[in-house]
Amino acid sequence: MRYEAPSTLENAVALLAGESGSAHVLAGGTDLLVGMKSGFTEPDLIVDIKRIDGMHTVTQEDGGWRIGAAVPGIQLGEHDGVKADWPGVVEALELIGSTQIQGRATMAGNLCNASPAADSVPAMVAADATVRIAGPNGSRDIPVIEVATGPGQTSLAKGEIVESIFLPARPVRSGDAYLRFIPRTEMDIAVVGCGVSLTLDEGGTCTAACVALGAVAATVLLVEDAARVLIGTAVDDAALDALAAACSAAAKPIDDKRGTVAFRKKVSGVLARRAAKIALERAKG
Amino acid sequence: MSQIHVSTTINGDATEFLCEPDETLLDALRDRLGLTGSKEGCGTGDCGACSVTVNGRLVCSCLMLAAEAEDAEVTTIEGMAEGEALHPLQRKFIEHAALQCGICTPGILVAAKALLEQNPAPTETEARYWLAGNLCRCTGYDKIIRAVMDAAAEMRGEMRRAS
Repeated sequence: MRYEAPSTLENAVALLAGESGSAHVLAGGTDLLVGMKSGFTEPDLIVDIKRIDGMHTVTQEDGGWRIGAAVPGIQLGEHDGVKADWPGVVEALELIGSTQIQGRATMAGNLCNASPAADSVPAMVAADATVRIAGPNGSRDIPVIEVATGPGQTSLAKGEIVESIFLPARPVRSGDAYLRFIPRTEMDIAVVGCGVSLTLDEGGTCTAACVALGAVAATVLLVEDAARVLIGTAVDDAALDALAAACSAAAKPIDDKRGTVAFRKKVSGVLARRAAKIALERAKG
Repeated sequence: MSQIHVSTTINGDATEFLCEPDETLLDALRDRLGLTGSKEGCGTGDCGACSVTVNGRLVCSCLMLAAEAEDAEVTTIEGMAEGEALHPLQRKFIEHAALQCGICTPGILVAAKALLEQNPAPTETEARYWLAGNLCRCTGYDKIIRAVMDAAAEMRGEMRRAS
């Protein structure tokens, strides 16, 4: 195995594109090194992106926030600006692992590990975040939902690398929230996760909404039916009932040791309702 | 497979070592530098026995490559006492008998020190959440939390006297 820590994005892309064997990007390493320890992942090349300028920075852009691919959870948790604009996204990221894991784990890594249960991904999808991907043919921006294509699988081509994640400007009178169900209070993998973001008009009517579910399908689900039943309402009990029903219907989970299909479908609706209520309170300010 | 030369700072001392590309920081600390205070419990970031700080951030040294320590500031349990003088956390762990087998203790001390540096007056809940990534299979955690809270109180008192 080779370890490389290039100082430019171009060199990182060239290294990844030029490797004939198994090439892996190293940001926080909290999934990669576990995979190596277990023998599940046997890299021929590791490209550490932490020596590249911009990978560690959170910068304001067009009223939103551009977050470098190597920014760890704890750094985002300390960032008052991002927390104020997208508290749901930051809370989702902070749910991942222990204090030690937070010191290293990144949102880009959580996305590219492509676990269906990744906590930060439904929150990012609900926030309408985009991903900037650098590759041999230059840079492209895609919605977060288009990165993971299945468990452990991404749409990134050979030589491509996530450079940053962009959280757009938060619309006025809007709020977001993420909740997950686990059988204890800390240090576990989501049985169901739900991110909600919504926007109100001056009269308190919902004008835009985005709802995403995690851990109930092979990839995170963007539930457009759930958003549709909120829009045009005051996010009252009837709308929340419809939201819960839409999320339970959209969930396509599997039975496993962490939860049954029936439980996960039910909890999808329960979490969506609770997350929407938090997002609503935040939207009201 | 050629080895990688790493220049780093460990507990304030400039240090150089050679490591394999896939070697963890924990293995380099223990097997190359003789710093065996950091323990391997799980090797997968679940137990916290290998906790160290890197550039001020609490991390699991089993989940970091040794090569990543280039130019970094690493602190380990070996850097906690000042000579023969134990850190207040270390003293309180002994006073409260906050350990039995002791395997988790170095990691918990390093993690607790990191907590008190950024939050000198944690609530018990905050301390318990901060230390959720440090597993202890002997004590049931209660004595550990009591020791941390007592050390925090003493350290706050010392700071008041010093000022």
